[in-house]
Amino acid sequence: MSSSTTAPRRPRGAGPTEPDGAVDHGRGPRQSIMSRSAAMLVMGVFTLYFLTPIWWLLTTSTKTGSEITSTVPLWFTANSFGTFFDNLARLFTYGDGLFGRWLINSAIYAGVGALIGTIVAAMCGYALAKYEFKGREAIFNIVLSGVLVPATALALPLFLIFSQANLTNTMWAVFLPSLVSPFGVYLARIYAAASVPGELLEAARLDGSGEIRTFFTVSTRLMAPALVTIFLFQFVAIWNNFFLPLIMLRDQALFPVTLGLYAWNSQISQIPELRILVIVGALVSIVPLIIAFLALQRFWSSGLGAGGVK
Amino acid sequence: MTVPSTADAPKAPPVARKNRSAGAQRRAVALFIAPFAVLFLAFYAIPIVYAIVQSLLTVEREGTFGAPRQVFGGLVQYEQVFQDSAFWTSVGRVLLFGAVQVPIMLGLALLFALLLDSPLLKGKKFFRLAFFAPYAVPGVIAAIMWGFLYSPSLSPFGAVTSNVDFLSAELVLWAIANIVTWVYVGYNMLIIYASLLAIPTEIYEAARLDGANNVQIAWRIKIPLVVPAIILTAVFSIIGTLQLLAEPQTLRSFSSAINSTFTPNLAVYTTASVPNYNLAAAFSVVLALATFILSFVFLKSTQRKVTQ
Repeated sequence: MSSSTTAPRRPRGAGPTEPDGAVDHGRGPRQSIMSRSAAMLVMGVFTLYFLTPIWWLLTTSTKTGSEITSTVPLWFTANSFGTFFDNLARLFTYGDGLFGRWLINSAIYAGVGALIGTIVAAMCGYALAKYEFKGREAIFNIVLSGVLVPATALALPLFLIFSQANLTNTMWAVFLPSLVSPFGVYLARIYAAASVPGELLEAARLDGSGEIRTFFTVSTRLMAPALVTIFLFQFVAIWNNFFLPLIMLRDQALFPVTLGLYAWNSQISQIPELRILVIVGALVSIVPLIIAFLALQRFWSSGLGAGGVK
Repeated sequence: MTVPSTADAPKAPPVARKNRSAGAQRRAVALFIAPFAVLFLAFYAIPIVYAIVQSLLTVEREGTFGAPRQVFGGLVQYEQVFQDSAFWTSVGRVLLFGAVQVPIMLGLALLFALLLDSPLLKGKKFFRLAFFAPYAVPGVIAAIMWGFLYSPSLSPFGAVTSNVDFLSAELVLWAIANIVTWVYVGYNMLIIYASLLAIPTEIYEAARLDGANNVQIAWRIKIPLVVPAIILTAVFSIIGTLQLLAEPQTLRSFSSAINSTFTPNLAVYTTASVPNYNLAAAFSVVLALATFILSFVFLKSTQRKVTQ
């Protein structure tokens, strides 16, 4: 992991002006050591703040319900390993494997939804960036106002519309609205403008390549880091979306994993054995996201950069 | 498709080719935009219009047992919205929340981004990942986790939580603020950090030659240059604050201090469950409008400051 820390993007500390020391009037190395330690201290304290809750989740997942309060907190027990797999087995078998259903549902809502949503947003943003046409500014302004409309304000009217069509309490009710991402279009437009040179499109045209084919074969490749970023953030937005499934779905078998764990969590006072299942389930449900972010890090860290710069 | 024709007649008049390619481009634009346009209309624009229409209707019954039917009621629902003190209390609550939590969160994000960008730190990649990790935790799950950590009986920090009740009526809003901060600091840090990385290094070298130290460089050069990124994160934070729902709704099973109208969106949900769809629609419209205006005004006012 630390291999890349040896290759920072810009070796700023070792800049050409630093070693001769002529610039640092009256600032000895002592002060530099002090500010270094202060910086490390701040970051160290906050590392504890950010990681302790996740560490608690991990260690508690390896305990039985009664061990949560009776054993040393934030550490494992002698038979943690076995208990963890027992907990996992109970998690996936409780209620006829409901939890597995929830994970699959979330994968469909967020995975398939973000995939289609990214392609749709990329095409629109690309057209807005790379073509001159009537109404271009108007369309972009509408998309921008869409970014500022809170998604939760749409949940209720969507519910009313879907209930007119008798489609509430179906997977479509959560899946279809999740496809729309005005922010994705906004990002795609910025990325396309920055990474797809107009001369290249001209050249492709002269070679007789159709516009659509050029987009899918040439432009998407140039926009790849950006597309991964758009995909990831839409994936997270759908995975985290709470209001829409809460208001749309009654049938537990259709729940995404967040809504399912919420439902279990609110039943703990009646069914205390659910407590440990909620904790293990929470751990299992964040693992896919952490893996996705780690695996795709190379892409989104450069993609984020392009978005921040504008 | 056009390959054979251009090959057969390479000396076709340029005008004709231009026209053909202009037509092809127009068709391509239509094809590129159509899917998003259809989805946006169906699941964004029409719901907004529908919410406005619903908010202008009211339910009428003929006699006590007559069938209910919807009739045009003008601004009746909005009158009710403005008289609903619980709703406005919840709006005041999230505004207070935002006024405190957003500056703290963005201040921390900026501090971390500057430290990551400074020569003072070792192990930057580790810190970046550690601070960003909570972003992978959905709001519901974060609230469940922190709910256990706050609870006096289950918390590993029993010494603290048995003395301070984070889930009490006085503190629960700030307990939620802590959860939101925990989830989003790293995300905002990365956006600001990305825009710090885009600043050309030559600027710093010039400043160093002029005798500027790290703090001066951060304060005078880096921060002014990342203001656009901070504004972007601020707008999204404001929108997020007004939409608060998952965290308070989840914490309700840990704390009795959160009522059914704790945040505006909870009020919408509660009203819709009655069900009083027309009033809930009016709440939604007012909330969306308020969010839109607040973020728009914030964008405009900061833009003016930046250009000055």
